[in-house]
Amino acid sequence: MNNVRDKKRANKSLPFFFRTEFKVFFAIILVSTILLISTFSFDTVPPILNRGIQPATFPKGLLVLIIALTSIIYYLSFKKPWKKEKKLPKPFFLTILSFIIFIIISKTLDFFLAISVLSIFVSYYWGERRIFYLLLVSIIFPLIVFIFFEMILGLRFPPGIITNLYYY
Amino acid sequence: MMAPLFSSKLLLVLLFGTLFGLVLGVLPGLGPTTGGALILPFTMTLDPLSAIILLTSIYCAGTYGGAITAVLINTPGTPAAAATCLDGYPLAQKGEAGRALGMATVSSTVGGIFSVIVLVFFAPILANLAYEFGQPEYFALAIFGLTMLASIGDGSPIKNLIAGAFGILISTVGKDFMTSIDRFTYGINELSVGIGFIPVVVGLFAISEMLTQSTLLDQVFKRVALKAVKLPTKNDYKKTWKTILRSSGIGSFIGVLPAEGGTVASLIGYSEAKRFSKNPEEFGKGSVEGIAGAEAANNAATGGAMVPTLALGIPGSATTAVILTGLIIHGVRPGPDLFKEQPEFLYGIFGAMLVANVLFFIFGFFGAKLFARITLVPNKILWPMIFAVSVCGTYSLSQSIIDVWIMLFFGVLGFFMRRYGFSVVPVIIGLILGELVEGTLRQSIVIFDGNWLMFLTRPIALTFFVLSLIALAFPLIRSKKNKKII
Repeated sequence: MNNVRDKKRANKSLPFFFRTEFKVFFAIILVSTILLISTFSFDTVPPILNRGIQPATFPKGLLVLIIALTSIIYYLSFKKPWKKEKKLPKPFFLTILSFIIFIIISKTLDFFLAISVLSIFVSYYWGERRIFYLLLVSIIFPLIVFIFFEMILGLRFPPGIITNLYYY
Repeated sequence: MMAPLFSSKLLLVLLFGTLFGLVLGVLPGLGPTTGGALILPFTMTLDPLSAIILLTSIYCAGTYGGAITAVLINTPGTPAAAATCLDGYPLAQKGEAGRALGMATVSSTVGGIFSVIVLVFFAPILANLAYEFGQPEYFALAIFGLTMLASIGDGSPIKNLIAGAFGILISTVGKDFMTSIDRFTYGINELSVGIGFIPVVVGLFAISEMLTQSTLLDQVFKRVALKAVKLPTKNDYKKTWKTILRSSGIGSFIGVLPAEGGTVASLIGYSEAKRFSKNPEEFGKGSVEGIAGAEAANNAATGGAMVPTLALGIPGSATTAVILTGLIIHGVRPGPDLFKEQPEFLYGIFGAMLVANVLFFIFGFFGAKLFARITLVPNKILWPMIFAVSVCGTYSLSQSIIDVWIMLFFGVLGFFMRRYGFSVVPVIIGLILGELVEGTLRQSIVIFDGNWLMFLTRPIALTFFVLSLIALAFPLIRSKKNKKII
């Protein structure tokens, strides 16, 4: 019981800029402010065409609302601090890294190659070591998915070094 | 009502949808919302009725499927089955897994069928009422929906409101539909058409869950052995019939309100079952009333959530938001005209939901043991496969690689939202209601010649605004009791 209390208090004892609630508050306010500033560069239309309000007015209102509500939750967090979250483990960061690799490969080389690389990467770093299962998730299954989408939906996937072998 | 279903193709679709829904429900992290979003591109090869029947049967069966994992491994297959764990798993630990699943199956089926009856009776009434609605009324209704989501949704009301506002904000990306002015496109052509619903749903549900699973790799499930599902005894029925009926009513009512449908319904159904029980001390230790209360309510929410979806075009839950997208993609516009012009289409859906409830009873009763084995597929194999389907499914709708990037972005965002206590469901509802909210607001302002106070001269709109205020005040009152506002 005392341990739980200590963990909860741990977040409160940190300097304010290290506390979870401040980080969340800061991130939301920062993004909302940038978006709010960008709404001022939206084109305007003559009053006769603006259908009630200018195109920027509605998003502006929403962003102000988000900023106001975020300020309220931050204010309330002084009374009731958020509990401290556990540190994210290594596989989480590796999975994020695999997304980045996926984007790079699908943009430069091939969409299906990117899926295969991500699948084998994730499966391996999540603990799979058996060759058959690694082949299953990285080659056999993506191939089945490709054929399924291609045959049933008549979908044309983006060109790439492997996909082109099928199309040309 | 059942006539449109007497075709082998539709029955096959229904059968597949129910089986697929059960599989989705059983797998923790997946569920009818993600599954529906992933299968949406495939429905393009089907006619509109088959497509919607497929989605609704996934919805019904997926909601029930969550109970199997809740009872056997103490992990809800879907969020709606969270309350089922509380008594389902303890009862299973006592060597009565079959009895627990039997009670879950029966109460789910009764709740589901009850809610379809509610749907059949109330959807046309609500649709008729909707004829009285103009733009200001629809605006007020959409606002009411969003405030309800904040009020009775899962988690913090203020965070739910932020998430809902964010969802509406996403809907403003692209060309303004009234003036064709670009908003938040930053010179990226692909963003001119806006951000699609599927990339956001798949990202927020499937990809964020993949990231969540990456943090839980050391988690070990303790599986309880299941010999066979047993029908409840006479004594069990005696004990639970009132609870099942009460929870069916609660679930249907909660389902009608635009909120998190089954999740909230099951929690309220469970707590009400405990409140009315003669043996409240048994709750949490394997009470069949607890299982019945939660399961009847979450399945009853399915039919309830379809009422505003079909009658007004306002989704009652995240999964019905997917179904609504399916309707729109297939050129079916929900609302009062649908009831007037295509009643056979609606009766096809009603009938399909009824049959899906019977089917999942049969599959659940005879196949729960088999479905439970699906959870044996390790995450390190399952999730890369889900990723491949998610990526291809997202790409397929608009054949745009940007949609895949958007999906990944929302996946990461969804993970952090959930980590810090923001529900992702309001984002989905906000996104789908966004165009309606903005469109009706702007048209109302034109009608009222810029005089906002004119909203107060419309009785129906005024009623919805008052209800919205009550919905916003409700968490404040509730927070005085349990201090949960942030």
